Amino acid sequence: MKFITTPAFRLVPDGTRIRFMKGRFIGLMVSAVLSTASIILFFHPGLNLGLDFKGGVVIQVATPSKPDFTKLRSGLDAAHLQGAALQGFGNGKGVLISLESKANANATEQSLTAAEGVVKATIPGANIESTQAIGASVSDTLFQQGLVALGLSFLMILVYIWFRFEWQFAVGAVATLILDVTKTVGFMVITQIPFDLVTIAAILTVIGYSTNDKVVVYDRMRENLRKYKTMPLRELIDLSINETLNRTLGTSSTVFLAALPLALFGGASLSGFAWIMLFGIVVGTSSSIYIAAPILLLLGEHRLRRGPKTNEDPTVAKAQVRGR
Amino acid sequence: MLYFTRLKTTMILLFCAIGVLLAVPNLIKRPLAGVPWPQIHLGLDLRGGSYLLMQVDMSAVVKEQLTGLTDDVRQALLKADIGYTDLGANVAAKRVQFNLLKPSDAAAVKPILQKLISPVEAAGGAPDIDVRIDPSGAATLTLSRAGLIAKQSQAIAQSITIIGRRIDGSGVVDPQIARQGSDKIVIQLPGVSDPNRIKRLLGKTAHMTFHMVAPNVNPETKTPPPGVEILPMLNDPAQSMAIRSRVAVDGADLTNAQAGQDPQTGGWVVNFTFNGTGARKFAEITTKNVGKLFAIELDHKIIEAPVIQTPIIGGQGQITGGFTAQSATDLALLLRAGALPAPLSVVEQQSVGPELGADAIRAGILSLAVGFVLVIVFMASFYGLFGWFANIALVVNLLLLVAVLSVMGATLTLPGMAGILLTLGMAVDANVLINERVREEVKLGRKPLAALEAGYKRAYGTIIDSNVTTLLAHIMLFIFGSPPVRGFAVTICVGIVTTLFTSTVLVRLITARWYIARRPAALPVF
Repeated sequence: MKFITTPAFRLVPDGTRIRFMKGRFIGLMVSAVLSTASIILFFHPGLNLGLDFKGGVVIQVATPSKPDFTKLRSGLDAAHLQGAALQGFGNGKGVLISLESKANANATEQSLTAAEGVVKATIPGANIESTQAIGASVSDTLFQQGLVALGLSFLMILVYIWFRFEWQFAVGAVATLILDVTKTVGFMVITQIPFDLVTIAAILTVIGYSTNDKVVVYDRMRENLRKYKTMPLRELIDLSINETLNRTLGTSSTVFLAALPLALFGGASLSGFAWIMLFGIVVGTSSSIYIAAPILLLLGEHRLRRGPKTNEDPTVAKAQVRGR
Repeated sequence: MLYFTRLKTTMILLFCAIGVLLAVPNLIKRPLAGVPWPQIHLGLDLRGGSYLLMQVDMSAVVKEQLTGLTDDVRQALLKADIGYTDLGANVAAKRVQFNLLKPSDAAAVKPILQKLISPVEAAGGAPDIDVRIDPSGAATLTLSRAGLIAKQSQAIAQSITIIGRRIDGSGVVDPQIARQGSDKIVIQLPGVSDPNRIKRLLGKTAHMTFHMVAPNVNPETKTPPPGVEILPMLNDPAQSMAIRSRVAVDGADLTNAQAGQDPQTGGWVVNFTFNGTGARKFAEITTKNVGKLFAIELDHKIIEAPVIQTPIIGGQGQITGGFTAQSATDLALLLRAGALPAPLSVVEQQSVGPELGADAIRAGILSLAVGFVLVIVFMASFYGLFGWFANIALVVNLLLLVAVLSVMGATLTLPGMAGILLTLGMAVDANVLINERVREEVKLGRKPLAALEAGYKRAYGTIIDSNVTTLLAHIMLFIFGSPPVRGFAVTICVGIVTTLFTSTVLVRLITARWYIARRPAALPVF
């Protein structure tokens, strides 16, 4: 019974005092480089748009034996469905046929019907397992609407944190969130995880997690600002991050553990979602420490704290900590 | 900290119990037909089926309205004996226009045209048409914005009803049909892996009308005389026939239609019955025109044009158009269900066969379960007893979340399940915060009760701020996002609320009960 009711381990030993703010410029620089690279990647080569946004046709067929790709392709060509991408899957006993979207939704939908006919004619015994046809016109409005909604939700975060904390905290949090999102987009370009409605949900979850993490760390800083009236902001930020380190790592561990099996064994539709989450957890956790906190330090050094300017003498910090 | 009134304790437990009760139906099949049994709908990726996103052709709605208006204007002007030229509809500008022969008639025409206006109730009685007459004698009747919007909603609502009737008639079980945006309709067909028959059923507006055939008009002519239309034959589009535009009897007056076999020829036919109005009109027309040709038109094509042998008084008739069993059954179904107000086109289509993904789904569900277990093991080993309290809350939280989603009639997809799991992974955050705080207080040398009290009190501020921020952000996403984003935002918002309840209120109750029972000398912290 005892071993069940007693905690087994700690992630960070008590009294850990890592001086995170020493690495603030490196942190900001790395973040700036990664985010800039992500934005460049976003424009070139760009996201691997999923069917939801690109439009087009995908047909998944299970075949009794290895499908004859040449025959299938010539059949599709004969039906005026040129440019079809064929991809084998499921131990070779299956084929995934993708067609580009046509000028209008009706034509796209008709090419699905035509391709289904070709499959049935060229591969005897084929079983069409799933089909999808999406017109391209739907996607633009979805995308714009999504960006507007995202912008407004960032504005809401800005206003709430401003109201509850100080404006420096609000700017720090939202700037960091934007950087987090750009990096996630960059990650999706590199891994070529398709950008569709499912991965948008993953990005939303990442934003939710990241916001949560930033507010918790900020909350401790606000508390310490009241508690230690004279401590320089830089040491105060370090102290706050160290004090919340176990909770930061604890919560990120639970989310990480929840997402990991999905990423490894969850199958095609879930693993993209889970990989984005895993990346988002790492980015969101580290950005609370290395981006949100330094921004706060830069913006708030002379405003949040009117004490003596910080010098580089580490003994001051130690003395203050011991003084608690 | 320790003090919970009996009422409060009862309320908390009752709330949890209701949540569990509402979540249970998702595990067991419906026991009795009459009992309300709210369940989360499984998405098509979990149960197999088809999804269609259809667009209503609103320009057809406008066109039809303008055609009707043109007719009304013509008749009103004829009745008042006012001369006009160039009467016609301009679909692009959404208006009907004509020129008065004598501009001096303007004053007399204005009240006549204004009688055609009807107020739009949804827009506070705004007129559905704007009437303007220039001093030069040029008159326009433009459809107003309010009128158009009302007309569109009406067309969508009517389409949904008709689609529902058609799909029900085809034998699909439990279809879901809902409006999306201003001109789209989402249709979900569980268990239908090949939606082609449904698409055929929905691809026709099925507006059937009866017309007299125009004699002495060459069907090959490019310029039919006024009031006459040239339409192709349904079975042989190369052939066409000239009919009078005037609708003799409208298919909307049908009360029933059934497929059957003609006892004499054995061919498939559709038998139909008119309502009172239809039967009267039909009797009148057939009595007056014995020996003449009578055309049955469906969606701008002629099904057949039989000779009227004898007057048909009973309001019953038969269509013999060279049908097969399937096409006769489908046409009868379409006629019973009624005509769509406008053509529909498929914008998006997805279907999942029953076998697909059985493996993928199993893998998905298994990895979700493994993730859940990992979270529980982590919390237990990181916080010991307090971790187990958090785990109890986590399970109750999952049940409450399922309960709320069932009551809301939400649809659960595989990615949705992943979202729920991650929400739960984040839900333990509140308990992590509390436990860390309690531990800090213990390290500062406080007694167990004081440490618990201070820990909870201090953690609350943080928990509220972090959750309210996330909640507000997702409420914005819900208000302004597109439908799929909204669905996800709702799940996260509901998750935040249930989390706040279980991880603070419920865990506090459990902790208080434990403390009162044990009165420990030291708290189980590392």
